[in-house]
Amino acid sequence: MENVEVLFGYPGGTIMPFYDALYDEKDIKHILTRHEQGAAHAADGYARSTGKVGVCVATSGPGATNLVSGIATASMDSVPMVAITGQVPTKLIGTDAFQEADITGITAPITKHNYLVKDVNDLAHTVKEAFYIARTGRPGPVLIDIPKDVLVSETEFHYPKNIRLVGYKQVHTGHASQISMAATEIARAKKPVIIAGGGMQIACACAELRELVEKAQIPVATTLMGIGCFPEDHALSLGMVGMHGTAYANYAICETDLLISLGTKFSDRVTGKIAEFAPNAKIIHIDIDPAEIGKNVRVDVPIVGHLKETLTELNKVIAPGDTSQWLKTIASWKEKFPLHSTNPDMLNPQHIMEAIYKATNGEAIIVTEVGQNQMWAAQYYTYTKPRSFITSGGLGTMGYGFPASLGVKYAHPDKHVFDIAGDGSIQMNIQELATAAYNDLDVNIVIMNNGYLGMVRQWQEMFYDKRYAATPLKGNPDFVKLIEAYGGVGARVTKQEELFPAIKKAINTDNVCLIDCVIPPEENVYPMVAPGACISNMFGVGQ
Amino acid sequence: MKHTIAILVTDSPGVLAKIAGLFSRRGYNIESLAVGHTETKGISRMTIVVEGDDRALEQIKKQLNKLIDAIKVADLDPYNSVGRELALIKVKVDSPQHRADMIQLVDVFRAKILDIGDQSLIIEITGRQDKVDAMIGLLSQFGIKEVVRTGKVTLARGLKVVSLPKKAKR
Repeated sequence: MENVEVLFGYPGGTIMPFYDALYDEKDIKHILTRHEQGAAHAADGYARSTGKVGVCVATSGPGATNLVSGIATASMDSVPMVAITGQVPTKLIGTDAFQEADITGITAPITKHNYLVKDVNDLAHTVKEAFYIARTGRPGPVLIDIPKDVLVSETEFHYPKNIRLVGYKQVHTGHASQISMAATEIARAKKPVIIAGGGMQIACACAELRELVEKAQIPVATTLMGIGCFPEDHALSLGMVGMHGTAYANYAICETDLLISLGTKFSDRVTGKIAEFAPNAKIIHIDIDPAEIGKNVRVDVPIVGHLKETLTELNKVIAPGDTSQWLKTIASWKEKFPLHSTNPDMLNPQHIMEAIYKATNGEAIIVTEVGQNQMWAAQYYTYTKPRSFITSGGLGTMGYGFPASLGVKYAHPDKHVFDIAGDGSIQMNIQELATAAYNDLDVNIVIMNNGYLGMVRQWQEMFYDKRYAATPLKGNPDFVKLIEAYGGVGARVTKQEELFPAIKKAINTDNVCLIDCVIPPEENVYPMVAPGACISNMFGVGQ
Repeated sequence: MKHTIAILVTDSPGVLAKIAGLFSRRGYNIESLAVGHTETKGISRMTIVVEGDDRALEQIKKQLNKLIDAIKVADLDPYNSVGRELALIKVKVDSPQHRADMIQLVDVFRAKILDIGDQSLIIEITGRQDKVDAMIGLLSQFGIKEVVRTGKVTLARGLKVVSLPKKAKR
């Protein structure tokens, strides 16, 4: 009915009737993860890489609470997901029954909506509503909690054609007069800049963005979530903006006279100090969610609308602009302040990401964990396609990448899927190696192994007098032996010359692979804006 | 500045928690809250008084609108609406003189006496918040034993109503 092809889940007492029905099901594949959090992230990876609704399943109590980090991750990054949980029988609800948890209460703040279905006659329309809510408007996770007695009740199945959701407010194209006001501002601007966020990928508005950019000659920076919505090898690309953005993107934001923000929430990681963010600019903000407009920064031309439809309208009224002077300035910054590793002569993250790009002809889907590995993956691979960079941006969930990559690989069996990991975060959901090996989900894990919880260590170096409290990762396993124990293929890389052959071998191996890359322990992510500082005020810029 | 927000919600389990939770997790303090059924079956109305500047109010309204259980959200202009609170106040009565003084106070405030005991009175007062506050202030000299107050309920003046969207009406 909703064309679900795969579920990621883990059975348990109260969800057993659901699994019993699944036993005879031919059209829906179930992937058993080794932890419910893995199931939630895998469903999330599936959803982000396809735009379809990802589905995860767990039992009541601890099964449901183990989904929580995954649901919150999906919520922060507007990922369409339906989570189905078993619940104790209705007559036991509220009695502190075995494996009872108030999961609708727990997930209220981290779901777009949730349901506790107490009557089997409500089940069909609830499922219909849940999928509809999850994928429309600003997408998000929806949880359906189903008590065991409801799962075993019988009713006449009727899947409704239409649903009636009076409290669900939808928006479509932005207001025409606001769009024409935006066009006027764009025509007037001498130093315009676009910030494109995750909303661009969700709205599939990348072609419309490109038309706008090329017509009006406006440089484009993306947020972390926007990476891939505009080709980074394009002359008008500025790469990523924000705390670890490129120097030229951050300088451009500080100098611009017109900031056009598309599908972004102005996260603190993007804006730095709000009072000094784009100080000389008028701001146009287009977003499908009215609550994002004016939430964090003042906006001069607010437009509430679906990005694809709104940009289509905007492109009709836009006049070609002359920004050649501005583009010259930006080109000189690009020349002067390129991204670069601080350890160019040793095996470093820049080498790793560039080698993956080269080995896959830029056709890989890169999934990341969280921390330094995530920022390096964002910086040093040249993304040219939407949905090719999958990362936990809003919640910053360590342990996201590997299980998410399994969902990505399931959806894209012909693509090279890489999980870029740190030696810390890979260990947060490493049990999913079994899921990968058993289901032939041959993703390639690349660990940037520096023996530290690197991002925290970097902050300790910069802001806590190098007092490395609880960040050295003593007791790491031998990752190569570990993947071999699961039946996968491993390699350790310590020198630059070993890197490319190891990656080539991994992508030509029909098995889950792990490359443990030993990188300099004190390699930092640069540039870096100190938290709360103006984004033009960066550490580690220039040679 | 104080704002009064009226929210029409579906009568479904957990709605109150979802609305109240939204206020707390986004850092807005609820000053008062009143909930009850409306003229339409299945629809309740919440009246919430919240402190905040115009920008905060705008954000609260937008976030409330995102809740699927919140069908309609409106802020009520204080100059074009009437709002009332109700309080029940139990006061200790020490002497006939006390009782006479209190009855006089009840008359002046157009309040009501609901219960007379040997040594106590229960007084009902309805009015704007400042009137209820004033009554409680004056009664405190006699020794208040217990106070219970409703949240504020508010209606717009004239024909203006906080109504369901057309598609919500069957």
